[in-house]
Amino acid sequence: MKTFLYELKEGLLISFNAIRSNKIRSILTTLGIVIGVTSVVLMSTAINGIDNAFQTGMSSLGSDNLYIDKWEWFSNDKPWWELRNRRNITMRDYEQFKELAKLPAAVAPDTWTAQTVKYKNKTAEAVIVRGTNSDYVRATNLVLGEGRFFNELESNGGRNVAVLGSEIAKNLFNNINAIGEEIRIKGHKFVVVGVLAEQGSWIMGEFNPDKQIIIPIQNIFKYFANENNKTITITVKAKNNQMVEQTKEEAISIMRKIRGLKYNQEDDFSINQQEGLLKNINQTVGVIQIAGLFITGLSLFVGAVGIMNIMFVSVKERTKEIGIRKAIGAKRRTILGQFITEAAIICLIGGLIGLFIAILLSKIVNQFLPTSVQVETIILAISISIITGIVSGFAPAYTAAKLDPVEALRYE
Amino acid sequence: MNGNNMNIINIEHVAKIYQVGSEEVHALRDVSLRINKGEYVAIMGPSGSGKSTLMNILGCLDTPTHGLYEFKGVNVSQMNDNELAKIRNKEIGFVFQTFNLLPRSNALHNVELPLIYAGVPASERKERARLALEHVGLGDRIYHKPNELSGGQRQRVAIARALVTNPSIILADEPTGNLDTKTGEDIMALFNEIYEQGNTIILVTHEEYIAEHAERIIRIRDGLIENDEKVVNRYIPQKNGASKL
Repeated sequence: MKTFLYELKEGLLISFNAIRSNKIRSILTTLGIVIGVTSVVLMSTAINGIDNAFQTGMSSLGSDNLYIDKWEWFSNDKPWWELRNRRNITMRDYEQFKELAKLPAAVAPDTWTAQTVKYKNKTAEAVIVRGTNSDYVRATNLVLGEGRFFNELESNGGRNVAVLGSEIAKNLFNNINAIGEEIRIKGHKFVVVGVLAEQGSWIMGEFNPDKQIIIPIQNIFKYFANENNKTITITVKAKNNQMVEQTKEEAISIMRKIRGLKYNQEDDFSINQQEGLLKNINQTVGVIQIAGLFITGLSLFVGAVGIMNIMFVSVKERTKEIGIRKAIGAKRRTILGQFITEAAIICLIGGLIGLFIAILLSKIVNQFLPTSVQVETIILAISISIITGIVSGFAPAYTAAKLDPVEALRYE
Repeated sequence: MNGNNMNIINIEHVAKIYQVGSEEVHALRDVSLRINKGEYVAIMGPSGSGKSTLMNILGCLDTPTHGLYEFKGVNVSQMNDNELAKIRNKEIGFVFQTFNLLPRSNALHNVELPLIYAGVPASERKERARLALEHVGLGDRIYHKPNELSGGQRQRVAIARALVTNPSIILADEPTGNLDTKTGEDIMALFNEIYEQGNTIILVTHEEYIAEHAERIIRIRDGLIENDEKVVNRYIPQKNGASKL
């Protein structure tokens, strides 16, 4: 054991000497490992970022929500024209649904339109303006940052009041208090009554609540869209997670009843859940993983072959040295260990370079996908490089270990 | 020969046959010899005589095809690579014609190396290596690399490396072959000193005047011992002041 430690130390010393005296060669050799480790670290970091965004996105949507919609959100089971030909979901459907549904904790209608919003001389283009009623806060997980949500009176009366998403508020008002200020949506005056707390995530894109403005739904139909050809979404919140399935069953039967569907007719609406989003995200993550693993695998393979090649050259060049070492008592194991150590060190250096590059690149990724390199990823990267070194160094090291000392000493 | 001295090497009917293509080459045909502790033996012979093969077998770098080789009473003729490596490490100190030092390591580390393989702790290792270098007159050159040393100094480092493990035999293969006469003489003086301290030395050479430094000469020809006799008028080199060159 003691001898092994001394030999390991000697092996490390030899490796550093050998690498130092062949700097360019060693660095070129590590290129494959560098790329491999960079891609594995970036991949894990990106997936981690997507996961994080998904978690935050989901918590703002609420996991016990159902969305009754004309469109199927995440599925490609039905062709889009079939969905397009469905009847719109109307406010009348909502009123009836609300009347009949017993299980939900809350039900709220909503629809949206993209509009230009102005505050004094500041303009925000194509802002999602969501129309809903006062039940919306209860039907979702939205949290108010400042002010209040519009009340029943305001929403039923179609008052010109608005609640801003945190990002919109920041864009239009900077650090000024927005409450009570007047904004113009497509020229129509609205008074800001509340600002939402920051809660969305990039994964929801334009539908990130941070980027939206919420107004009473009547105003959408009054100013921006014709009620007759605008479909709405009914957001249904189950009482708790266990109740989601039951609530969904009830929702389906109520909707069929409202819509007057016969038993042999298909649903002409969809009940969407965030599971659909989860499935979508998992697909994306899967693609990133496959691409990442492919690049990683390929470059590590190329890297390993390169290391193996250079180690064979190194063994050949140092035949005499191997002979000397054997003559003065190095065992096969010692020589084997020495060259495997050297290959592992070269790979480790490559891995560290790769890690360094990946950390720099992840700073760039961080600009649009908040993330950071995880400790697990660093450990993974280091392990991968050392293992690659050991695997690729084995064959050359074995050749070296097997050399006949007499032959090796004679080699010039 | 000092009859009561311990026998270190005992070779009986050793033969070494190499397969070169379809042809068998008998490098050693039938060699028997004994070497005792404290002897200074020269092995002589022209090239192709089999003396290198004999040296490789004596040095446990190679094993005989036939015959028995006992080293300190232990049969080493059938040992595997690792067992031989252990014997080489503990019992044999090699000195080569071309010095065979590790070019990238300094003198101290070169001398330390066999002790690393023997599992000696670092502090003890450094101390022993330093003492061995002082012993060969290189106490002031321990951090020099081989290319910063003269030929004679390099050979001294190699001798220090051979001595550092306190081996049972020092096996020197043409130790003066790459040195000028003057430096060669200094090295031979060093060997004489080592011999007088009670070490066993086997010197392989093809030069008569080098062989005459030993107290016994074994002459090899065509894979057989031609002659094995005591040197009547042994040449004892004088240690001279310039030996550190």
